[in-house]
Amino acid sequence: MTGKRVLAIAAHRVAILIYLVFALFPLYWLLKVSVTPNKLLYSEGIRMWPSRTSFEHFDFVLKHSDFPIFFKNSLIVSGSTAIIVTLFASTAGYALSRFQFRGKYALIGLMLLTQMFPLVMLVAPIFKILSPLGLTNSLTGLVIVYSAFNVPFATFLMQSFFDGIPKDLEEAAMIDGATQFGAFRQIILPLTLPGIAATLGFVFTAAWSELLFSLMLISGNASATFPVGLLSFVSKFSVDFGQMMAAGVMALVPACLFFLLIQRYLVQGLTAGAVKG
Amino acid sequence: MSSTAAIRPGHLGDRRTLKKRFADAAAPYLYSAPVLILIVTVMLVPLVLGISYAFRDVQLLKPFSGGFIGLDHFVTLSKDQAFYRALRNTLWWTGASVVLQFVFGLILALLLDKPFFGRAVVQALIFLPWAVPSFLAGLNWAWLFNPVVGPIPHWLFSFGILPAPSNILSDPQLAMWGPIVANVWWGIPFFAITLLAALQAIPRDLYEAASIDGAGALRRFLSITLPFLAPTIAITVLLRTVWVSNFADLIIVMTNGGPADRTQIVASYIFTQAFKRLDFGYASAIALVLLVLLITYSMLIVVLRQWLLSKD
Repeated sequence: MTGKRVLAIAAHRVAILIYLVFALFPLYWLLKVSVTPNKLLYSEGIRMWPSRTSFEHFDFVLKHSDFPIFFKNSLIVSGSTAIIVTLFASTAGYALSRFQFRGKYALIGLMLLTQMFPLVMLVAPIFKILSPLGLTNSLTGLVIVYSAFNVPFATFLMQSFFDGIPKDLEEAAMIDGATQFGAFRQIILPLTLPGIAATLGFVFTAAWSELLFSLMLISGNASATFPVGLLSFVSKFSVDFGQMMAAGVMALVPACLFFLLIQRYLVQGLTAGAVKG
Repeated sequence: MSSTAAIRPGHLGDRRTLKKRFADAAAPYLYSAPVLILIVTVMLVPLVLGISYAFRDVQLLKPFSGGFIGLDHFVTLSKDQAFYRALRNTLWWTGASVVLQFVFGLILALLLDKPFFGRAVVQALIFLPWAVPSFLAGLNWAWLFNPVVGPIPHWLFSFGILPAPSNILSDPQLAMWGPIVANVWWGIPFFAITLLAALQAIPRDLYEAASIDGAGALRRFLSITLPFLAPTIAITVLLRTVWVSNFADLIIVMTNGGPADRTQIVASYIFTQAFKRLDFGYASAIALVLLVLLITYSMLIVVLRQWLLSKD
């Protein structure tokens, strides 16, 4: 009986280990090639770790390419989108959590609808709308588009955090003379700081990863975001694997940082998202 | 809220409560106005415009295009062999991706549901692919499949699966497996996270009671775990199917629809029409067909669910 139990535990750990290797191996390989010197890239192609490592690719990418610009652009776009969306989503999420009002279900329905239809449908019309406004090839245009795409999910997410805060708190504050908005700002918002952090993280990661609209709306390196820059780099210099992967590692870092920040809230956030949209 | 209005000393108080009542009524609308405006202007208006493009000749390179052409796009579409191929590829891409993501995600959730030393760290690391930007996941896997820098072709060769260490992404027969594998890698965490949350909501004493009654592990899984997970499974699979069938990033990054359109799905075909050929009208017509298909699919699932529920 105990032998069988030990066997079951061993099988469980081995299975976990297989998942772990499968999840991390591609990222490990990205890192490995990015620190492999060019001379060894082909001769030691499938070795697990090169006999000599160097940061020459990182050095080149940082000093002699446009990647620092792409990086900065992506940071601006993702950061602004995250802030705007979180701001809007927290007020709307509060309204959905605390008020019964006419049109509430229409609003929820509209937000659910936006989660269901293919966003690729909007590529052409959004380009047509933004073009005469001078918002193509501009970071502002991207921020507006990404904000709209992410705000429905973020609103549901914030709503689920507000739902977890007892209503008595702001009622007590309002009896003490605070206005509704004052109670919201001074009592409720500080209590949802974890929720706000999670929403910021989700939206930042989503905006950082977006590809199709930035490909469509941005041309030229000056306002290119990381995905666009990396893809044009790949199609132009497709032999410089070391440099591409060094750039890839750099694109990975902010996303992973945000992931570590929010991963505690992942379960809560994704279940809210999966059930509601 | 209404308890504050109970104290109303005289005339002034009446005016104040009226003002306050108005403010109370307006509050939810003010709170949700920014979101509503954003969604309507950036999503709803383009959606309606996009639907109208499907019946118009809209080409970016032709300055005087834009006229109404009725169903011309749909007539062209009905004879477009590339579209039918993309439709078949979409079924294959979505079916294989969702089934594999779900099965491996469920197994992972069951594994993580048992407590063990270092679970929190292991869980964070296993879920890490979810945080990798999709374009980077695509590039990463494209590199892994590339015999010049990646190990996978060499492994497949030494296991005798491939006759030579070649790139499966340029093999028309096998190319679709590239994006599917990348998608499974990337999507397992999503299923695992949602299913894990549902698993942890199952009352533990149910299992204990079943054990005492002599139910084995398989029996407990089939009669307790699965029925409890069923609603979560149904909704996540439905939503994920719609989402994956629209998910073109990996394909555009890894194969761009090639070789010979063998990995072109409808979503990437729409993007190619708009982005490369700048034919917004035709792209919108395909998109409209895709939308109708997805709505039909969702309705079928809902009807099927109602039918199954009413049968019990």
